[in-house]
Formats: sequence, structure tokens, C-alpha cells
Amino acid sequence: MRWTNFFLIAAVVAALGVAATQFSSNDYYFFAAYVVLQYVVLATAWNILGGYAGYVNFGSAAFFAAGAYSTVVVHKLYPLPLPLLIVFSGIVAGLIGFGTGYLTLRLRGVFFAIATLALAVVLQTLIINWDFVGGSRGAYIIRPHTFPLLGSYMKYMFLVMLGLAIVAVSVARLIERSWLGYGLAAIRDDEFAAEASGVPTLRLKLVATAVSGAFMGMAGSPFPYIIGYVEPSSTFNLAYAVNAIAMPMIGGTSTWIGPVIGAILLGTIQQVATVTISSAVNLLIVGLVLVAFVIIAPNGLVGLAQSWMRKRK
Amino acid sequence: MIVSYDLLVNALIAGVLLGGFYVAVTVGISIAFGILDIVNIAHVAFIILGAYIAYIVNLHFGLDPILVGIVTLPAFYALGAVVYQIYYLSFERRGQEALRGLAFFFGLLFITEVGLILVFGVDYRYVSAIYVGPSLRLGIADFPLRMVVPCVAALVMFGVLQLFLSRTFTGRAIMAVSQDPLALRLMAVDPIRIKRIAFGISVATAGIAGALLIVIQPVEPSVGREFIGRVFAIAVLGGLGSLPGTVVGAMLLGIMESLTATFYGPSWAPAVAFGFLLLTLAFRPQGILGR
Repeated sequence: MRWTNFFLIAAVVAALGVAATQFSSNDYYFFAAYVVLQYVVLATAWNILGGYAGYVNFGSAAFFAAGAYSTVVVHKLYPLPLPLLIVFSGIVAGLIGFGTGYLTLRLRGVFFAIATLALAVVLQTLIINWDFVGGSRGAYIIRPHTFPLLGSYMKYMFLVMLGLAIVAVSVARLIERSWLGYGLAAIRDDEFAAEASGVPTLRLKLVATAVSGAFMGMAGSPFPYIIGYVEPSSTFNLAYAVNAIAMPMIGGTSTWIGPVIGAILLGTIQQVATVTISSAVNLLIVGLVLVAFVIIAPNGLVGLAQSWMRKRK
Repeated sequence: MIVSYDLLVNALIAGVLLGGFYVAVTVGISIAFGILDIVNIAHVAFIILGAYIAYIVNLHFGLDPILVGIVTLPAFYALGAVVYQIYYLSFERRGQEALRGLAFFFGLLFITEVGLILVFGVDYRYVSAIYVGPSLRLGIADFPLRMVVPCVAALVMFGVLQLFLSRTFTGRAIMAVSQDPLALRLMAVDPIRIKRIAFGISVATAGIAGALLIVIQPVEPSVGREFIGRVFAIAVLGGLGSLPGTVVGAMLLGIMESLTATFYGPSWAPAVAFGFLLLTLAFRPQGILGR
């Protein structure tokens, strides 16, 4: 797919989103679509580091929560408009990613993975002990009810998340086809060989970690406005970390389209399952599907499709 | 700040006892991650599973939780052997252990946790045993038995393991397998079999650690996550692959956490492990007693 086609499709998707807000008035649909789009951003962000460079981040929930709590802090001081909040959350989460990466990325990849696991616990400890953002009791966030031209504020948040998803996917695609993406792929395949051939491995990994963390934070930024009540255990929910890994793994990690497919598929299934069965059962399904895919189809749906096409030729 | 002498002494004792228990929690990771190079982050979920098994048997039959832990050792060993076989066939043999192997264990962790939530709910569970309530007093020092018994049990388990690894042929083969699998083959030992045994032992220790955990504190399915940072912090701090290092790391962390909890409040304790982990990774990645 060329860039012109890519942007054409992105523009059509955006136009469809705007059109949808004019035709439907049921806020639940926009909420469900918002959640799926949020996972598109989260999965795409995870894939920038995990899929391209092969460095596993288990702390997606921590970055997500960092974004959400940045919003809480700013909202308490001075309620900025949503897009600015998202940018601010992105900067905070990006810095956290950069810091964690700076301390651990010099070592083998598995240490980075462990550090991100622990990062979630510690960030949660900090939030629990921080009274300004509500501590363990949580904090209420009152969001505006309406938005000019669109009617409900939920529709507005849906459109913002749609825009963010398009930006995230474009950035992922841009990285994939630039010198940065080729460098990251070299790191994934053989880090020593990459280093020896002059790829600035540490610098590339740091950039990828910061960008990936920033997008995760941005995905979490509107979260307080969505649920209206933020408390640590729902914000640091392990479900975010699991989904952020499961979605790219199921879709396919080597291209930008993989996480998008995985997120739309798994996100939609979960929305349906949460309504019809129970939220615990649907998380169990995500876990089982993740394990099944890494064992049976290690290259995800995209990999399955590619090998099927090759066979037909 | 004026520090009360009593408080300090008791915090230190609690720290050492806690550290002893951390030995039981970490020794499995030291074997799997330190010796076999398998990053089994699902280990903590297996610990919680062990705690729940001890809870059920204790509730229905009144059996001692630690005894339950010992009785279920073969079951946990078998679980470990099966998990290793899947891991070997799906990832290690294909050379994909880095990314997908991690995701695999993460999935196992998640499945176990959610499975326990579905069966037992998120209520805290605890066990009853004669040593859960009382405590020994020596002067100003307080030795709560619910900490002393797990600490002793953990150190006994560690001693047995250390003897096994250093004295028996299989044990020495386990120590050798990650360094030179070819040399093992030349001695007519199958490295895969040795790794399977070692991983089985590693998971078996989780069963015991779980039984000890539920003696020390009430357990609910997501408690395990607090231990992820701890076990890896201890394993890295002590030096990967060094079992004596594990004891040193566990004691250090136990004492630091106990002091933090006493003087700053228990809600800060989980952050200590991470601080330790990051500092160790940043400044001395080979650990205190590392190779």
C-alpha cells in the first residue's frame, strides 16, 4: 500500500466517524467504539517497541495509568481542553518510558521486560500514597456534558480517540519504513550484529521506548473523563497490559496492520462478551487466545494470511 | 528523628524472618531464570495457586498448610515438567524464546490469576493452624510464630536444594546444563531431560512457597503481582545463578522492606523492591555474589 492510498483510507475512516456522530444518538455505541480505538492506540504503541525491536513491555498498564493520572493532576489544577491534555499525558508517559529504558536497555532485553513489570507495581504504590490525586480512595472527575456541534461529550471523545488512533497508526507506519524501523528490525534479528554494523542500538531503542510509552499514555489520557471516577486498581488493571501484548501477537507483530487487526478483532469480541457473559470470563478468553497464538501461529493472522497467499502461488 | 530501640530491633527481626520466607519465594526463580535462563514470570501465579490449594485442604480437612505444601510437591513438579515441555517444543527449540516465550509465560500468569478469581472471587482467604496466632517473647524482642515457622521451613527447603544441587549427579548436571549442554551430551546426559527436571523442581518450590505465604498473610488472586518485582529484584540482587546469593538478596530486601514499613508505613513497602531492582540493574547487573 502506498502512502497516498493509506491517507485516502485514513480520510475515509475519519469521515465515516464524523458521519456516524450525526446519525446515531446512542452514546453506548460511541463508548464501545472508543474502547476499541483506545486498544488500537495501545496495541500500536506496544508494537513500536515490542514488534519492531523485539523488546517486551509488560508495563502497558503503568504507562496507560501515567497518562490517566496526568489528566487528573492537570484537571485539578486547570481543566485544559482534551487534545492538550492528551499531549501533556503523552509527554509524561514518554519521559517515564525514556527513564526506564535509559536504566535498563543497556542490558539483555529480558531485564527491560522485568523492569516494566515492576514499574507497574511501583507507580501504583506512588499513586496510592499520593493524596492529591485521591490515593487509594480514588478521585471524581466531572466532565462536561455536552460539546458544541456534536451534542454529547461522548461523541467528541470518540472523535478525538479516532484521530489519535489514525495518528498513532501513521507514526507506526512511518517508523516501520524509515531508517529507524530498519534499525529496530536489525536489533530484533541480531542485536550484536546490528551494533557491529554501526547501528546506534541504544539510541534507537530509547527513541522507540519513548514513542511507544508516549502513545500508551495518550491512550490513557481521556480515561478519567470516560469513567468519571479514577482509582488505582482499575487504572492499573492488568487487562491493559495483557491486551496490549495479545492484540499485536494475534494480529501479527511485524507490520503496522497487525496490531490494528488484533485490536479491532479482540476489542470488539471483548465488548460483546462483557455485555453478554462477564468481564472476568472475557479476560480469561484473551489469556487463552494469547497463549494459543504464540504457540500455534507465532506470526499472527497476518503471518497466516501471508503463508496462505504464498501457497496459492 | 528519635528511633525507638524496641521498634528498631523488632523491625530487624521481622525483616530477617520475612527475608527467610523470600528465600522460598525466590529460589524457584533463581533456578529457572538464573540457571536455566527461562524467564518464568508465571512463577508467582503458581505460588498463589499453591496458597489456594493449601487453603482448600486446610478448610475442608483441617490439614496443616505446610504439610499440604509438601504433599502436593509431586503435582507441582509434574506441572513444571509439562510447562517446560510445551515451552521447549514451542519456543526454545525454534529459538524464539525471547519475545514469544515471555508472552507465553505472561499468558499463563494471567490465565492462572483470572481462573482463581473466577473460582474463588477476590475475597482474602486465610488458614488456621496452631502457629498462626501466638508469638515468642525474648526480652523486648518479639518472634511471631506465623513468621518463624515459614522462615524455618523455607531455609530447610533451601538447604535440601543446595545439597541436592551440589552433591548429586543430577544436581550437578543441572548446574552445568546452561553453561555447556554439549559437554553434558558427551557424558550421555540428555540436556532437555535435565532442564525438565530442573524446571519441575523450580515450580515445585512454588507450591511450598504458596503454602508458606498463606500462613504469613491472607491471600487473594492478585497478590502475586506484588511478588513479581520482589522475586526478580532478589534474584538479580543476589547474582543470577548463585543460590547463596539468593539468600543474601532475600535477607537484604526483607530487612529493607521491614524498616520501610515500620518507619514510613506499609503502603510504601512494595516500592522498595523496585528501587533495589533498578539500582542493581543500573550499577551492578551481575549482582552481589554474581559470577
